[in-house]
Amino acid sequence: MNGLFAKLAWLLFAVFGAVCLGVVALQRGEPINAIWLVAASIAVFVIAYRYYGRYIANNVLQLDPARATPALRRNDGLDYVPTDRWVLFGHHFAAIAGAGPLVGPVLAAQMGYLPGTLWILFGVVFAGAVQDFVILFLSTRRDGRSLGEMIRNELGNAAGGVAMLGILAIMIILLAVLALVVVKALAMSPWGTFTVAMTIPIAFFMGIYMRWLRPGRILEASVIGLVLLLLSIWAGGQVSQSTEWAPLFTFDGKMLAWMLIGYGFVASVLPVWLLLAPRDYLSTFLKIGTIALLALAIFIVHPNLQMPALTRFIDGSGPVWAGSLFPFLFITLACGSVSGFHALVSSGTTPKMMASETDARLIGYGGMLVEAFVAIMALVAAAALQPGVYFAMNSPAALLGGTVESAAAAISQLGFVITPEMLAQTAKDIGETTILSRAGGAPTLAVGMAQIFHSVISGQGMMAFWYHYAILFEALFILTTIDAGTRVGRFMIQELLGTVYAPLRHTESWTGNLIATALCVLGWGWFLYQGVVDPLGGINTLWPLFGIANQMLAALALIFACAVLIKMKRERWVWVTAVPTTWLVICTLVAGWQKLFHENAKIGFLANARRFGDAIARGEILAPAKSIEEMQRVVVNNYVDAALCALFMIVVISTLVFGLRAAFAARRSDRVSALETPYVAVSSLQT
Amino acid sequence: MSMTIERLRSAAREIWRQTVITARLAVGVPDYDTYVEHQRLHHAQRTPMSRQEFFRERMDARYARGRNRCC
Repeated sequence: MNGLFAKLAWLLFAVFGAVCLGVVALQRGEPINAIWLVAASIAVFVIAYRYYGRYIANNVLQLDPARATPALRRNDGLDYVPTDRWVLFGHHFAAIAGAGPLVGPVLAAQMGYLPGTLWILFGVVFAGAVQDFVILFLSTRRDGRSLGEMIRNELGNAAGGVAMLGILAIMIILLAVLALVVVKALAMSPWGTFTVAMTIPIAFFMGIYMRWLRPGRILEASVIGLVLLLLSIWAGGQVSQSTEWAPLFTFDGKMLAWMLIGYGFVASVLPVWLLLAPRDYLSTFLKIGTIALLALAIFIVHPNLQMPALTRFIDGSGPVWAGSLFPFLFITLACGSVSGFHALVSSGTTPKMMASETDARLIGYGGMLVEAFVAIMALVAAAALQPGVYFAMNSPAALLGGTVESAAAAISQLGFVITPEMLAQTAKDIGETTILSRAGGAPTLAVGMAQIFHSVISGQGMMAFWYHYAILFEALFILTTIDAGTRVGRFMIQELLGTVYAPLRHTESWTGNLIATALCVLGWGWFLYQGVVDPLGGINTLWPLFGIANQMLAALALIFACAVLIKMKRERWVWVTAVPTTWLVICTLVAGWQKLFHENAKIGFLANARRFGDAIARGEILAPAKSIEEMQRVVVNNYVDAALCALFMIVVISTLVFGLRAAFAARRSDRVSALETPYVAVSSLQT
Repeated sequence: MSMTIERLRSAAREIWRQTVITARLAVGVPDYDTYVEHQRLHHAQRTPMSRQEFFRERMDARYARGRNRCC
């Protein structure tokens, strides 16, 4: 009786979800309310967690509560600690949540809110959450080994080497694109630049506080840090209005790029307690707090979505990024629905702390569903903006021209109504001189968030405060990622260099340290600078590269998962990972192919290089380049981008070959050949 | 009446304790009391690290090789 009642309740809930989704998908003409979209997403996530998540847990992975996890077997109170599943959920979510799921959906909104929403929902249920869950499980069965190590053990040394190269390349491109997002947000904005710069002394103070004044008092220091941050947002407003101070914090993109490059180098060789750790604490808490605040505000305000469900840019002619819906929508959305990076996190500290295998469903599958919900909120914030404002902020300067008048005219050409006065007023409201051509997602999201927050807590100047709060929140964790990521890259480079000249591997040696750090910073700095001077806006070039890299990493993780399932003799269920693997491999390869060979110069790197090369041969100068030297630089940049893109494709194809080889070998054998740590029963440990 | 208040108070204390543990682990510092308890049970002959040493050790371990975090 009880069971029947529960089934009926689930059925009703499913019908409710289907109705919400139907409204989102079918409503045309007048704007729909965001609450439909939010309700549909929650319904999809809950049902997916209850049914598909459970199906994977019970049938595919066959989670075994009687099997001791590494945390139980190797409990040391430090790295391996059996942890309450909700506490560990918090840890895992803090590690996977980043800037990606906020930026991707904002950029994807150029095609309307519908394609992005659908891919976030279906992508996360059938691909993203599956990947996180399966990798977390596989790592737990292997003492918490990292993805790279697991690939080497299960698919062979060559596959491990290829995976490592792929991970290093994605690291470099990730850092470049995130740094570019910060540059785009802070260029010519003294308010933003001042507040973000202030996070450095604030972090120093917190570091000193936690080390010398009140050792180990993380929460105290973070609360003080937060108060200082809010004060610095207020002070930034004063700075931006002062004729004396404002020029000191006003920089163009190039200057900011150089400053970030210098910062990345210095920050990643400073002791961790002084800058990296305190700012990581601050950004983690601020991030979780802001996400919660945004969710609450969206429920209270439930804004209408101004963006149409579909725009005409699904044909690939959009001003924000070029390329048609397939494959570029999936590449652009990236982390919001599938993120290869999570495979690194899921094979990091989380598997070492799970108290029971069965917790993996909540932490792995559930954690990614929450991340997708963050992506949905970012999409809501972007789609709630006037489309005219959205396109003014995200189209390149080459299209808009420099003034609000030319921009309003250009946007009307695109088919969206906006007046110069509205553009000027929006800039004034948020305390900036201009909102034009601020591609990169962060400023757009910040305006969207500011409008939503402003509807809850309004007042004189509050809009500008909320805008800069949102910018600070994004810049803060991007900067943390830059110095943490530069360190990761440095160690990878040292390991690679070490294979050529052994002494460079010593991580304590200053020579090895400085050389590898410099190489890493040069790597991402080069792409960053190229992005800043790119006349098409940089994001246009770098974000697809990053998206391809991220989906490539997810494809790697999923290929590995398929091969291991076959080695475990679970062929019956291999479709659960094989379906998303196939999709991701097709997406990355088609997108990679188009970025290389598409005849449209806005999409294909080689076509663009040829366009500029031919013009040089004719002695012509193509706008927006101003000299033959600039033209030559465009040609070189496009060849480098093409080479990187080809590298990503080679990594995917060769991992696919290694995976298939391992899978066929496992099929021929009649034994289970997966290399798990031997079974230990939980009951045998309890003394 | 005072019983109920006492019970509410201890429930609030427990919730706060769990929140603090969650927040600390979110930045990679596991629970100190759990560590001390583990040392007492399994390595009674060794002196456990002090709260400050524990904090430093965990911070260094978390960032020693950089830290993979998501985009």
